[in-house]
This record gives sequence, structure tokens and C-alpha cells, in this order.
Amino acid sequence: MRISTFFYTLQQGVRNIFRNKLFSLASIATITSCLFLFGMFYAIVVNLQHIVKTAEEGVSVTVFYNEGTTQERIDEIGEQIAKRTEVSEIKFVSAEEAWDEFKQDYLGEEYADGFTENPLANSMHHEIYLSDVSLQNELVVYIQSIPEVRKINRSEITASTLTGVNSLIAYISVGIIAVLFAVSIFLISNTVTIGISVRKDEIEIMKYIGATDFFVRCPYVIEGILIGAIGAAIPLVIIYFIYNTAITYITGRFSVLSELLQFLPVQTIYQNLVPITFAVGIGIGFLGSFVTVRRHLRV
Amino acid sequence: MPITKKKKKKLAIGDDEVIVLDNVCKSYETGAPALNGVSLRIKRGEFVFIIGGSGSGKSTLIKLLLRELIPTSGAINVLGYDLTRIRHGKIPQFRRKLGIVFQDFRLLPDRNVYENVAFAQRIVQRPRREIRKNVPAILSQVGLAGKYKSKIKRLSGGEQQRVAIARALINRPDILLADEPTGNLDPKNSEEIMALLEKVNEGGTTVIVVTHNGEIVNKMKKRVVALNKGVIISDEEEGEYVNAD
Repeated sequence: MRISTFFYTLQQGVRNIFRNKLFSLASIATITSCLFLFGMFYAIVVNLQHIVKTAEEGVSVTVFYNEGTTQERIDEIGEQIAKRTEVSEIKFVSAEEAWDEFKQDYLGEEYADGFTENPLANSMHHEIYLSDVSLQNELVVYIQSIPEVRKINRSEITASTLTGVNSLIAYISVGIIAVLFAVSIFLISNTVTIGISVRKDEIEIMKYIGATDFFVRCPYVIEGILIGAIGAAIPLVIIYFIYNTAITYITGRFSVLSELLQFLPVQTIYQNLVPITFAVGIGIGFLGSFVTVRRHLRV
Repeated sequence: MPITKKKKKKLAIGDDEVIVLDNVCKSYETGAPALNGVSLRIKRGEFVFIIGGSGSGKSTLIKLLLRELIPTSGAINVLGYDLTRIRHGKIPQFRRKLGIVFQDFRLLPDRNVYENVAFAQRIVQRPRREIRKNVPAILSQVGLAGKYKSKIKRLSGGEQQRVAIARALINRPDILLADEPTGNLDPKNSEEIMALLEKVNEGGTTVIVVTHNGEIVNKMKKRVVALNKGVIISDEEEGEYVNAD
């Protein structure tokens, strides 16, 4: 391909957008609305997952040991537990550390001075944080089988609730993505059908004059890619402002819940959302124009 | 029993022949055959009218010559290309040797006169410098030198047809195919367009005009092939045809 032909093709691709303004607007609007819905949904799901994950990270199982269990044996048990896949982190708390923490949290130094011995002498324990809260039961069953274990504290309600929320998010995600996908296909196929009627004569003329399939297709594909890119950029800009406004509003309005509602910054969300949205937008534009033109190339 | 592959008989083409149709039939899925056993030989530099009423097979013949359609049976050779066997990828190369003019002009309406004509040169990847030289030259040849910037929609029917002829001629085709070129024009414009086509023919280009305009055919006194219900009913040499209407 000559350089001048390459630039001509590129120029025609850009000009095509303005030649068929209505069609270009309809295509951009279709892609924008689909990707806007996708982007909003993505931002919500990612935040929900983040909130659930933050909550999960706080869920722990506490393991107390029988009186007289040696420190070596406790360490050995700790190492065995740490090796399990359900465990993300394990922390040993000695009796002294437990008493210091208790004094600090509940008594204060003046009252604590009355105790000559550590009243929590038998309270050395392991705090275990889970990699996946749904696996809490399995871990507890395993720990219960260790003879030196005296008592296990666990948060069953929190774990099961979080597991439920996680499953719910997964189901809703699949459902909404399926609906969005179906709507997108419908809207895009409609837009492509309009495109076909607009393009039919033009492509026929080019073919009669002796244009190769490549020469005919190129400007339309460039046009499709540009429309896809514009259709991806617009919702990204809109979502950026909506997201920041919404976060500022929610955190201001529901400050009580600020511990629970930990939103991700927009930059974190856009790390994945920008490439995905552009890939989908450009992909739709490319495929749409490719299919539209192909139908008329057999002249 | 050994299987013997039936070899297709090679079409005999004379040195000076640019179009050869041998016993060509074309049937569509429904209805009677559009062309039935058509054989035709056209020499380089000829001016041929193909006439016939509606349903005579004129349009099918043009589509076959453009390789838009493939014959049901028979053989077609145009400028050395066997159109029954030509590969899809070779069709553009073949079409670049033809110039095509349609009744409805088939111009790109959103581009100006210059762009419409230059488009045919861009397709064959002519350098920009050459295009800038060739387009004004061909436009002045068809009498549109001053209108190169005009939008297609602002031109009269006759002017639009001149643009179409300029586009068809700019790549110096061996054959100019004109399908009802005066169908949408008034008598004055029709005459001018026919005069232009005659001038093109005098330059050595083979010109084939499909028309039902008996008056023009009578006046031009060229070779006339008449079709009726898909069959050639007469093939009169230059000056022999007289329209009975």
C-alpha cells in the first residue's frame, strides 16, 4: 500500500464520521449507553467486592489451649495451622500480651495495679485470619481435632453472611452482565442494520469501479474503530464525575458507616475499567463495521 | 471403470476480440431463463448498441459482463479474463479495465465532482501528483472543467452523467459499458452524451451501450444487437439497423 493511499484511507475513515452524522451519532450513542451501564455496574460490583473483602479480612478464629500445654507444642500447632489453605495470617498472643491488652482496653493502670498475678495466665491463644470466610467451618473442624485445644471462638454469623453476600454479588453480576450483553447485541445489530442501508450503494459503486475488498473495507473499519473509541471515552468521562460525586455524597451523608463503607478511589477502578471499556468499544466498532461491509462485498 | 474428468472446452478468441460469449444461459431461481443460448463476439474499437424491451435480458447481460453474475452455462471471455473461472480476488483487477456508466449515474453523493472522478484513480493507487493532473484533464474532456468543486446534488442530470463518464474513462479502460446512459436525460442531454460516447469510441475504446431509446440507435447508425426474451433476435452491422417504431 502506498503511503498516500494509507493516509487517504485514514482521512476517509475520519470524513465518513461527518458524512453520515446521524448514523455516527446513533452508533456513538449506542456504544456510549452500553458502556456507561457496564462501567457503572463494574464500579458498583468492584466496590461491593472491596467492602466484603475488607469485612472478611476482619473475621478471625481464636484458639485457646489446655492448661499445661508447652510453648513448643503451641508453636508446633501454630505452624501446622499456618500451613492450611484457609489461613491467610496467624498471630500468637501470649498471656502477658492478652493481659496488657485487656488492661489497656478495659481497666486502666490504677485498677490493674491491684492484681499481683496475671489473671489471664491461661489465656495464651492464636488469632487466625481467613483467606476465605466460607472455609471457616472446615478450619474449625480441623482445629477441634487437636487434643490440646481447649476452646475455639468464631464468628459464625459474620462468616455465613459474608459468604451469602459474596454469592449474591456473583449471581447478580452474571445476571446483569447477561442482560447488558443481550441489550448491547440488540442495539448494536440495529445500528449495524441502519449502517448497511446507508452503505449499500456506496460499497456497490466502489466495487463496480474495481476497488479491492481491502480498499473498500479500510475506511469503514477505521470509522468503526473511531466511533468505538469515542463511544468508550464518553462514558468513562461521565462515570468519573458521577463516581467522585457519589462517593463524596455517600461518605458525607452516612459518615457513621465510614468504617464499613470503604470505597475504592476512582484511579483504582479506572486501572481496569479504562482498558476494558476501550477494548470493548473499539472491538464493537471494528466488528460492527467489518460485518456491515462484508455483507456487500460480494458484488 | 476409470473416472475421466470432463475437460471444459477452451473458448476460441480472435486477436481483435474483446468480448466473446458462447452459448451463454442464465437462469434465476424462479421464472424463465433471463438469457438463453446467447453467443456474441465484439471486436476491439467497436461501438455496439444492445437493445430490447424490459425483460429481454439486457440487464442480465451487463451484469454478466461485469462479473456481477455467473452464467448458468456457457462461457464468457472479456479482455482475456474467463469470467466463469475468475477468482474473487482478481475481479477488481478485471473491472479496472472496464469503464461503467449507469442510468442512475451511481456517483458518491457526498463528494464533489473532483473527488468522484479522483476516486477511480485512488482505487488503482495512482500517485497524488498524477491524479491532480489527470482529473482536470478528463473533466475538461467531458465539458465540466469549471465544475470540479461542485457538489453532485447541485448538478443537472446531464452533468451528473458526464461526471460518471469522466470517472469511467479516467483509468483509460479498454471497454466502456453504458447501461441506459440516457435513460434519465432529456433529448438534448441525451444527444450530447451520445456524442461524447462516440468521441470516446473514436479514441479507440470499445463502447457498448444498452438502451431502449430507438431514436438514438437509429441516428447513430452503429452495430445493433437486439434481445428478446433472453435470445438474440438480430445482430445488424453498422448502419443496417432501422428502428420500426
